[in-house]
Amino acid sequence: MSFISVFDVMGPNMIGPSSSHTAGAARISYLAQKMIEGPLKRADFILYGSFAKTYHGHGTDRALLGGIMGFSTDDMRIRNSFDIAHEKGLKFSFTPNEQETDIHPNTVDICMENEKGQKMTVRGESLGGGKVRIVDINHVQVDFTGEYSAVIVIHQDTPGVVAYITKCLSDRNINIAFMRLFRESKGEIAYTIVESDGKLPENIVPAIRENPNIHEVMIVQM
Amino acid sequence: MDFKNANELLALCEEKNLPISEIMRIREIELGETASEIVNKKMTRVLGIMKDAAFSPIRQPVKSMGGLIGGEARKLSLHAQEKKGLCGNLLQKAITYAMATLETNASMGLIVASPTAGSAGIVPGLMLAMQEHYQFSDEEIIRALFNASAIGYLAMRNATVAGAVGGCQAEVGVASAMAASAAVELMGGSPKECTFAASTVLMNMLGLVCDPVGGLVEYPCQNRNAAGVANAIIAAEMALAGIPQLIPLDEMIQTMFTVGKKLPAELRETAMGGCATTPSACEACHICS
Repeated sequence: MSFISVFDVMGPNMIGPSSSHTAGAARISYLAQKMIEGPLKRADFILYGSFAKTYHGHGTDRALLGGIMGFSTDDMRIRNSFDIAHEKGLKFSFTPNEQETDIHPNTVDICMENEKGQKMTVRGESLGGGKVRIVDINHVQVDFTGEYSAVIVIHQDTPGVVAYITKCLSDRNINIAFMRLFRESKGEIAYTIVESDGKLPENIVPAIRENPNIHEVMIVQM
Repeated sequence: MDFKNANELLALCEEKNLPISEIMRIREIELGETASEIVNKKMTRVLGIMKDAAFSPIRQPVKSMGGLIGGEARKLSLHAQEKKGLCGNLLQKAITYAMATLETNASMGLIVASPTAGSAGIVPGLMLAMQEHYQFSDEEIIRALFNASAIGYLAMRNATVAGAVGGCQAEVGVASAMAASAAVELMGGSPKECTFAASTVLMNMLGLVCDPVGGLVEYPCQNRNAAGVANAIIAAEMALAGIPQLIPLDEMIQTMFTVGKKLPAELRETAMGGCATTPSACEACHICS
């Protein structure tokens, strides 16, 4: 069982009204924007289940938009995130999908596009109490919570890549807490997610990227 | 230093001769690997947010996002100023601050989920009312918040604090149990009396369903936060008077969880039963249409 902190009980500090529909939503999109190089040009949100039904009254839309601009769950700017996005020239849309029901009740798909024209789609689930899970990146099933510092590597599914990544980490004395590899099919694109106990140094990104079989490296940490 | 249940917590209090609050604070420093000053600083910020969230709607009422609540705290406050109050000063203030906090929450203000957003009014409601009524210092209230967290942690670890899993008894019920325990420690009660108070609250709120109108954290949530502080005061008073409880806290947490899981899905935050499906509630909200 993971450690339950005093501030998991007396917290999170958050913009209301709902830890799952507001704080959790902000956290999912906060994690999502960490996975793509900024600044973003466009973010489109597809809402499922209870998110689709009650997103307006819970401010889920403002929270998602705030998170995508890097606001944390207790950032008062979440209330005005529509205006702030307009000022930044960030285009956005919200589309409720009430047809698909075989899905976690608080799910959102976030389609992002940055100014370089790169696109990324992330699916997140809000689990309650502000806790969240990222379950899909670019239609590949993954699983991570953002509670640990994580490095996400997009690479070719070929021998030696994982060994290369772990060597880069061990060379910098980084202790791996969890590590998982996800792929769609053999030899295609794979995602390796490594979670670590401590804070990750930014300089691991260029080091890992040196390998020609590695396409993208991202650090996601609070 | 760690504890898995109330029994182990009480044994630690006895062994170290420390109150619940201090055991919980030391646990955070040790297991959370966080320096004492940082832990204290974070809890000071928690209290600061609680004060703003509880006081602001009294000066400046706000309408909720869903439009179902807003202005209740101001009304209670004016009612007390006119000396028409029925409850007495402590309870009057406690329900005012509890409802105010939910007003702040429902209008996208900054709150502390304690333990959840829907039950965020109860712990600050009672703590801030006690601070004013008995002139407790901020340091004393901050210590009491650690005590409250210990009870919330036990419920999170051994049961649930999610309305969708255990109904309102898991949110408002646990928040009230936390507040009751903290109140007992503030008034000089023993660790065991703290757990008696928490146990009493869970008993008295057992089976409470989660049935938010329109699925929003507004109504009846705000009313139930007021009921929650009242329950906490009652239970704390009994414990401080030396009334023991037959059923210890660990067993009440377990039975709350068991009852919660037996609640039909309609009564666990789905807005498909209870208050949410009364004709008047359906008329007031337009989510389904």
